[in-house]
Amino acid sequence: MTVLRVNIWRGDAQGAYQRFDVPRHASQTVLDVVTYVQRVLDPTLAYRFACRVGMCGSCAMTVNGVARWTCRTHVDRVAREDRLEIAPLRNLPAVRDLVADMSGFFEKWARAGGSFKGARTRRDNFEPIAPQSPARLQVDAGIECIGCAVCYASCDVVAQNPAYLGPAALNRAWTLVNDARDVAGAERLRAVAGDAGCHSCHTQMGCTQHCPKKLSPTAAIAGLKRATAGAWLSGEL
Amino acid sequence: MNARRETLLWLAQRASAAVLALCVVVHLATMIYAIQGGLSAAEILGRTRGNVGWLAFYTTFVLAIAVHAPIGLRPVLGEWLGWRGASRDAALSALALVLAALGMRAVLGVFT
Repeated sequence: MTVLRVNIWRGDAQGAYQRFDVPRHASQTVLDVVTYVQRVLDPTLAYRFACRVGMCGSCAMTVNGVARWTCRTHVDRVAREDRLEIAPLRNLPAVRDLVADMSGFFEKWARAGGSFKGARTRRDNFEPIAPQSPARLQVDAGIECIGCAVCYASCDVVAQNPAYLGPAALNRAWTLVNDARDVAGAERLRAVAGDAGCHSCHTQMGCTQHCPKKLSPTAAIAGLKRATAGAWLSGEL
Repeated sequence: MNARRETLLWLAQRASAAVLALCVVVHLATMIYAIQGGLSAAEILGRTRGNVGWLAFYTTFVLAIAVHAPIGLRPVLGEWLGWRGASRDAALSALALVLAALGMRAVLGVFT
């Protein structure tokens, strides 16, 4: 049986890689590897997962230097010469071992106006939204984000400017800017414009390249730049 | 965050980039043409002196540079040196003035 040589980060910001030997199997995922280490080799290993099927966004880690969702990443696709190096996500504080502190990431969603604000009550009719309307298509393009923070960890602007809201929060804001029911448009555009907002994006597209859901936060951020420019020109910003 | 200021700077950066794209092409084509044809400095000056068209073109070019370069340097200073805030913007405003002054000096030098 082939053995995987797996180096796993232990500790928080201060720490070191620890070597584990894990039996290799067909169709094995990186999450399978981490789970084997925790259940068989070292129960003190800390990591985070929930659904195991690519829906919850909680198992993202840095695998051989690249941020990935580990539950849907096959070892065959990423192992180099039967070696894996697994670390917590970049650009987030490491809590312990493979667990990154996501609180800053989600606080930025709130700061970017990521909450829906409607004006209708339960006594009003539904807002009719044509599925093929341009705004709804923009929403469709970004709404499947699972909040895994792979984009955030892959973003060099976040690395250089820790205040930067990041691709996921801005992508979320863009889906709400295009939501016909939402009434916080101008307020949200003010929240995403600025030194730490959409104008800081350098369009390097690390987020888009690595998004496991194949979304394009870069396109969403470009949309926000256009929308804020339009709002500026019309005096609404 | 100042949303209006940042958005204005982004618009100015994009607009000046569009102007520069045209100006750089015209400038390079003109230089290559002048050298290919073997024009002397005196002959070039003979064509630029008193020519309002070239004065307007290069004035536009210089002003676009004075707008574009400092805005482009702004995130570089912020991300690489951690230099943000009013002091950075004051320094970049000074840079814009220096670029405009030096550029206009050159433009007027071949016009008058």
